[in-house]
Amino acid sequence: MNPILKARLVGLYTLTRKEYSRVMRIWVQTILPPVITMSLYFLIFGSLIGRRIGQMGGFDYMQFIAPGLIMMAVITNSYGNVVSSFFSAKMQRHLEEMLVAPMPNYIIILGHMAGGVIRGTMVGLVVMGVALVFTTLPMAHPLVMASVFVLTAAVFSLGGLINAILARKFDDVSIIPSFVLAPLTYLGGVFYSISLLPPFAQQLSLLNPILYMVNAFRYGMLGVSDINIITAYLIILVFLALMFGACMVLLNRGTGIRD
Amino acid sequence: MQALSIRDLVKVYRNGKQALHGVSLDVPEGDFVALLGPNGAGKTTLIGIITSLVTKTGGEVRVFGHDLDREADAAKSLIGVVPQEINLNQFDSVENNVLVAAGFYGLTPRGARRRAEECLGQMQLWDRRKDSARNLSGGMKRRLMIARALMHRPRLLILDEPTAGVDIEIRRSMWVFLRELNASGTTIILTTHYLEEAENLCRNVAIIDHGRVIEYDRMSSVLRKLQEQVVVLTLREPLQSGPSLAGFTTRLTSDHELEVVVGASQDLNQLFAELTRAGLHVISMRNKSNRLEELFFRLTGNPPVAATA
Repeated sequence: MNPILKARLVGLYTLTRKEYSRVMRIWVQTILPPVITMSLYFLIFGSLIGRRIGQMGGFDYMQFIAPGLIMMAVITNSYGNVVSSFFSAKMQRHLEEMLVAPMPNYIIILGHMAGGVIRGTMVGLVVMGVALVFTTLPMAHPLVMASVFVLTAAVFSLGGLINAILARKFDDVSIIPSFVLAPLTYLGGVFYSISLLPPFAQQLSLLNPILYMVNAFRYGMLGVSDINIITAYLIILVFLALMFGACMVLLNRGTGIRD
Repeated sequence: MQALSIRDLVKVYRNGKQALHGVSLDVPEGDFVALLGPNGAGKTTLIGIITSLVTKTGGEVRVFGHDLDREADAAKSLIGVVPQEINLNQFDSVENNVLVAAGFYGLTPRGARRRAEECLGQMQLWDRRKDSARNLSGGMKRRLMIARALMHRPRLLILDEPTAGVDIEIRRSMWVFLRELNASGTTIILTTHYLEEAENLCRNVAIIDHGRVIEYDRMSSVLRKLQEQVVVLTLREPLQSGPSLAGFTTRLTSDHELEVVVGASQDLNQLFAELTRAGLHVISMRNKSNRLEELFFRLTGNPPVAATA
């Protein structure tokens, strides 16, 4: 194998493994909390309130919200993993290890993205297991499910990386998840079909990228969606490219990491 | 071959502060160089640019002929750096700290494990390899950073205050290790608070002040530039007043201690001849201050206590 390519792959493997080890070392903080939160969502919104709501999109309310809740867990955990890992490396200064090493910026991005995808996937699968305790999931299009799952985790891992690069203090890493990510997720069709909204609100919802991810995953799981699946894939891929490009620009400029 | 070649390096920070004003420096392969300068002299900025942690405004840096801009990977792979501040992954184990760093330089996990045993062994940390880095003492953390910097066998090692906060015994053992490392061919650039350390270890010294290299020469040549030195003599018999020694300025600091200024054109034989003529018996003699400290003070106008911080 070409020695440069080999060094790149070793660097990527090392960074990915480091991120995976971090997730597993602090599993009580990384894996357990979303399982408890999502179990409560299923219990309260699905089992208790859901019975009174009846059906939505042709499915029991519990089944309808399951894909959205799984995606919610994937989004928050992939984002949270990278933002906390990268920012803490910045604060502890061991990020410098990567910066002084002959490791190109795209490897730094891919390694952190892989870490976010791994945690997002692990949490998502566990939440899916929780959902199966409460209801049945048809799994209409498994490949769509898997691809949307991974692509969404990748998009939000990169989002977390941008946040961490720009963050200067601990407050900066909680502002975006609290004031941007949470509202967009709750308004992204997790708990309802946008067909229930008035026309203006429906049009407004189409500006929310999370709507496309939730609906694409719901299509994969249940076979129903408010959004055309091809449009959803295109939107996700465009966001993935934009996020990756933004990370490259920031790291190449040294924003937030080099004086 | 130059291990490090710097030309007209300029750094202006975003706040407008100019840290480097066209620094040029050549460090030959195999050299052991002390980089000294007072607080804010630009020393940390210079090291930051060489190690890619600071972006330069202008100029050129070459590491063993590789341009840091155009051949960044080749240049970076030849440098090992031990920073001034602890930058370990405190929550990871000692072993993982060095293995991860090795992986970033492209060492395969198997090769990195073999090398980790060597490097941690050299730094007497192999027995602590499973401990979390945060549980190490300050001196052990510094040694761990040295072990980490050596994992990829760098040809140029840059140490920024490697013995700060380390007890004297460990400091001496680190000196022995660094001498051996240099003797084996590794070029070393060292900054230190302890000018005695620089004088003992380094062949050449570069003094940087206000973003400019104001002195760069062999340590012995630089020290020869001192015009005078002050020696402190401990006398066997007490004196009531300062003796008259022809050609020497003296000052009695206590009844048994005498300071004598020895000029560059004078030598100690002359001094002892005068002491014998005056009937004074000397029990011991020492330099009043470190010679390098004196020189440093003269060149920069900064008190030695702030030197190289």
